[in-house]
Amino acid sequence: MLLIQNITKTFFPGTINERVALNDVSLQLKTGDFVTVIGSNGAGKSTLLNMISGKLPVDSGDLSIDGSSVKRMPDYARAAYVGRVFQDPMAGTAPDLSIEQNLALALRRGQHRGLAWGVTHKRRAFFREELLSLELGLENRLKARVGLLSGGQRQALSLLMASFTQPRILLLDEHTAALDPQRAELVTTLTESIVEKHHLTTLMVTHNMEQALRLGNRLIMMHEGQIILDVDAERKATMTVPDLLAEFAKIKGASLDDRALLG
Amino acid sequence: MNAALELGLLYGIMALGVYLTFRILNFPDLTVDGSFTTGAAVAASLIINGVPAPLATLAGAASGAVAGLVTGVLYTKGRIDGLLAGILTMIALWSINLRIMGKSNLPLLREDTMMTPLRDAGLLGGAWSILIFAVAALLIKFAIDWFLSTDLGLSIQATGNNEQMIRSLGVNTHRTTILTLAISNGLVALCGALIAQYQGFADVSMGIGLILVGLASVIVGQAVFGRRTIFLASLAVIGGAVIYRLVIFFALGAGLNPNDMKLISALLVVAALLLPRWGFLKHIPSLRQMRSAAGSANYSKST
Repeated sequence: MLLIQNITKTFFPGTINERVALNDVSLQLKTGDFVTVIGSNGAGKSTLLNMISGKLPVDSGDLSIDGSSVKRMPDYARAAYVGRVFQDPMAGTAPDLSIEQNLALALRRGQHRGLAWGVTHKRRAFFREELLSLELGLENRLKARVGLLSGGQRQALSLLMASFTQPRILLLDEHTAALDPQRAELVTTLTESIVEKHHLTTLMVTHNMEQALRLGNRLIMMHEGQIILDVDAERKATMTVPDLLAEFAKIKGASLDDRALLG
Repeated sequence: MNAALELGLLYGIMALGVYLTFRILNFPDLTVDGSFTTGAAVAASLIINGVPAPLATLAGAASGAVAGLVTGVLYTKGRIDGLLAGILTMIALWSINLRIMGKSNLPLLREDTMMTPLRDAGLLGGAWSILIFAVAALLIKFAIDWFLSTDLGLSIQATGNNEQMIRSLGVNTHRTTILTLAISNGLVALCGALIAQYQGFADVSMGIGLILVGLASVIVGQAVFGRRTIFLASLAVIGGAVIYRLVIFFALGAGLNPNDMKLISALLVVAALLLPRWGFLKHIPSLRQMRSAAGSANYSKST
């Protein structure tokens, strides 16, 4: 499915600000894997996602999806395989377009966009059905500008737009971090059900360790550009937040409290 | 007065082009000053050389599209700032336009132009020609409305609205940007070609300051008529172009001379941008909406 081999990324190389964001990272995801990623600030979590989505080029190493290398593929071309939800609820939707127009844009992910009507009756019926699953009442507001929606609603819509065409990989970049606890819980629940429904191969970055343990079938912890812990489903099921912290302390040979890790 | 209405409707085509870049793509495109004249120059030289007027007009429009394409390539592939890319093309076009025309002014007085049938029938300056020009402008408006609601058009709207998002959905925003600039400048050049035939000559300086006329039409029109939907917004743009011509008409009537018109245009744009900030005008919703849109346009480009 997704195969990451020895990728390295250094920002501002050769300057005083040089920073190694990813240091020889390798990772393999099987189809249907739901992997949660945790780590302190600057651990390289977001950089890893940016490498996979193609937003930033890799310095060295290789990246392949379904056996073919996508290393040199620009971000818009890679979008055919990779769906993504950003941390910023404003980032994943076009505010001046209506809900149905946003969905129409997402529906053509990775396909040719020609002179056919963007929103047809058939598509509208499909959108209504998909929006129904969000249980936010958006199915009755197809023509409303997305800019009028709340952050939670926009993030739920972004999640739907990133996933309903069933991309090969779904990337979630702390997509609940900017929401209030109640909305975050809602989007988390939606994430679970959508990933489950489409059996999406998912990589989710989160700051919330409890959430990282609860969701998915695998957990990886990153620190200073490397994957320092890889927990499989079996072990993850019995793990608690203190266990995770203890693991981190053991590996790094230092004691850190929850707050330092939560950043 | 009738001539002002005719001119307003013709210039409405140019304003629709400016609307595509300024509002839809969120791109302040200064190519317009050059491509307008290019359209006029190409059409006029072809007509003088015996090419049928409709064909010459289309060729004028196509030449403008090429100019827009150049600006688009400079901006996307060359990563040159949008304003500068437009200025570069505009300045370069000055020399190219002179090359096309061979001299700074090409009279079309005895040539067969697209306006000849109207003039021969004595329709120019009357209700019929206003109606014909209005139909022409509206046809282009409806074509734009339709285009913007297609899959391709929606991706163009999204390019101007949230570039990161539409790239993450698989759209090559360089392509959409270049395409929009080409269409926009094609419309501007089409307008230039028609204006040259309407006034009976092409002049190398006829495009100077035109971007302000376009912006004034878009901003004033949308302040007056609103911009909630594409249908309304593009209609407002044509309305704005007509209003602009009427303002010029009355300003001339009040004793100002044609050389004052650039100042009037600039003041009109400044007024349309500033008035919504002041006092009671704040409470007119369409003005407020426009103000915030103008602000956010600048903001999103600079970040």
